[in-house]
Amino acid sequence: MTAQLRVSARRMRRRGNWTAWAFIAPVVIYLLVFYAYPLARNVELSVRDYTVRSFIDGSARFVGFANYRAVFANPTFGPALLNTGLFVGVSILFQFSIGLALAVFFVRHFPLSGTLRALFLVPWLLPLLVSGSVWSWMLNSDSGIVNSFLRAVGIGQINWLTSPQWSLTAVLIANIWIGIPFNLVILYSGLQGIPLEVYEAASIDGANGWQKFVQITFPLLRPVSAITILLGLVYTLKVFDLIWIMTRGGPADSSTTFAIWSYRLGFGSLLPDFSPAAAVGNLLIFVALIFGLIYIRTQSRLDPA
Amino acid sequence: MEIKRKFKVVGAALLAAGVAAGALTGCSSSGTSSSGGSSAAKGSYTFWDPYPQYDATSAWAKVIDTCAASAGVTIKRSGYDTSGLTNKALLAGQQSNSPDILLVDNPVVSTLASAGILTTTDQNKLVVGDVATNILSAGVIDSKTYGVPIGSNTLALYYNPTILKAAGVDIASITDWASLTAALQKVTASGHKGITFSAIGTEEGSFQFLPWFWGAGADLTQLDSTKAESALQLWTDWVKKGYAPNSVINNTQTTSWQEFQTGDFAFSENGTWQKADAAKMGDLVVPLPAATGGSAPAPTGGEFLTIPVQKDTSRYEASSKIVTCLSSTENIVKTDNTLNYISVGKEAQAAQLAADPTLKPWVDAVQVAKARTGDNLGTKYPKISEQLWTAVQKALSGSASPADALKAAQAAVK
Repeated sequence: MTAQLRVSARRMRRRGNWTAWAFIAPVVIYLLVFYAYPLARNVELSVRDYTVRSFIDGSARFVGFANYRAVFANPTFGPALLNTGLFVGVSILFQFSIGLALAVFFVRHFPLSGTLRALFLVPWLLPLLVSGSVWSWMLNSDSGIVNSFLRAVGIGQINWLTSPQWSLTAVLIANIWIGIPFNLVILYSGLQGIPLEVYEAASIDGANGWQKFVQITFPLLRPVSAITILLGLVYTLKVFDLIWIMTRGGPADSSTTFAIWSYRLGFGSLLPDFSPAAAVGNLLIFVALIFGLIYIRTQSRLDPA
Repeated sequence: MEIKRKFKVVGAALLAAGVAAGALTGCSSSGTSSSGGSSAAKGSYTFWDPYPQYDATSAWAKVIDTCAASAGVTIKRSGYDTSGLTNKALLAGQQSNSPDILLVDNPVVSTLASAGILTTTDQNKLVVGDVATNILSAGVIDSKTYGVPIGSNTLALYYNPTILKAAGVDIASITDWASLTAALQKVTASGHKGITFSAIGTEEGSFQFLPWFWGAGADLTQLDSTKAESALQLWTDWVKKGYAPNSVINNTQTTSWQEFQTGDFAFSENGTWQKADAAKMGDLVVPLPAATGGSAPAPTGGEFLTIPVQKDTSRYEASSKIVTCLSSTENIVKTDNTLNYISVGKEAQAAQLAADPTLKPWVDAVQVAKARTGDNLGTKYPKISEQLWTAVQKALSGSASPADALKAAQAAVK
């Protein structure tokens, strides 16, 4: 009797397991097909020597880390690393600080604040192709509106997109402009989660605006800030379209980031160079992964519960 | 409790079945839709081209249909974006479902041929016929021919007669680089702008630089020769002296043409495809001058009809028939007129000229043009070209001298 019960209980548990698996099957299949397989394939591309010929007949030789070594030794690696670092760092710095300033500004409701806030979202709503093209027209050396303004105030022409000194700055300006709304929206909703009573109490204690910002807003906004910055990092690391439209990574590598470099290797010339392109792409994914891990660590330290 | 569990099991079963069915139908539907020639029903052939702008009702699509009908088969044509077509063809080749006929940009032919995707004329029994050797050479690797050009375009020098007149420049006086530079100086002195071209960091940049590179007598196997340096020095000086706008470094051929269309520029280096536009604006055209006189060889543009490898080799017969039909004089002239191409055969060129005598400078230019992947460069060309446009970008933006930029380029090609 008891034995029989135990067997049926076990059977039930097993059936329960199967049911559970059936339920998560769609997610698992989805993850495998759309995430794991492409990722594995990308790693495979980067550790074999693919040429157009071996891409077709599948005879690519296993070369281990040779592609990575070639990428590290490439003269483009240094500039690309520096550019990627600068591009991501400076973008985030400005996007976050301007986004936060605007969020704090809009949190006090005033007439038309909703409309204004909506207007700030415009850069985010535009397709990147549109924003990129408009920025490259505005920054055109000879006929751009920015240079005609600079000439009018006596500064003279700056070759924004066509000089190695300015091209990275030009794409940075455009990227910061595009990223502000994202920071604004997330930080604004974060601000609304801070209870008003805290501010009231601070006011009663005689705290001024700056003190309230430093002592209340900033610390209480920390979790939201962390996620904003992390997402910003990942988004900025992979920015491709904007730079490609504005400068093609040039002139002479001066605005080439890893994302641009990877594309250029794989699709930029008439003869695709898949393996090094995949290696650069994997480096990019690896960097993003590190930031992800840092985020998870800080998150778990922030709320020990 | 019991009922709930039953629901769970049934639900899971349904879900699993649904997923399986979805996967199955997904597979089968993609199987039929993406299958190219090899598994398509007999008598139905596939054709890929880089002209997404032409739909089924266009003259181009109708010529293809007619040719297919005369070969006794039906054809399914798909137009893809030029830049996407190479990778699409490579992927299709990998999964052995290449189209029966593939129309690709001429410098890509050597890449696809080296990938082993394309058949030679020995395999597909295609008769090449009356095609000028300088144009055909883009499709010839190790004396094997991988396709036929449907037409050709190239670069020449457009000019704005009104501005030249105002500046007191006679177009007949421009015979070499020195006289062209002198004309640019006169034009800028008269308050107009000099010349637009495209020196962007892509294949387009190399395409536009090659007439000057070849016009100096330089060779693509030796990027750092003094002749090559003189060509790059010419462009660099033009930008430095303001004869060419600084924006050339970032200009595509289209944006460079838009600058010319403002009506303020005296000259523009641009392609055959702009000739209708130029005629509308009253602009005229001469061949690009070589360094010491005469016309410089410009690179050829234009697509090749190729027949990709199929498992079922009996399909080549009909494919060859369709290709031969498409490249027959009457059809090709019709097509070339639609696509703004100059024909590649003597007879077809004569027919085109008879119908439109204004094509004369273009026919002349195409006759002296050179294939980029010619001289048996093949798949070496893309690597050389990438270094060449990088050198041009470095020199024009002032980050290196022309000599240093070309030296670095040659070192990178090895």
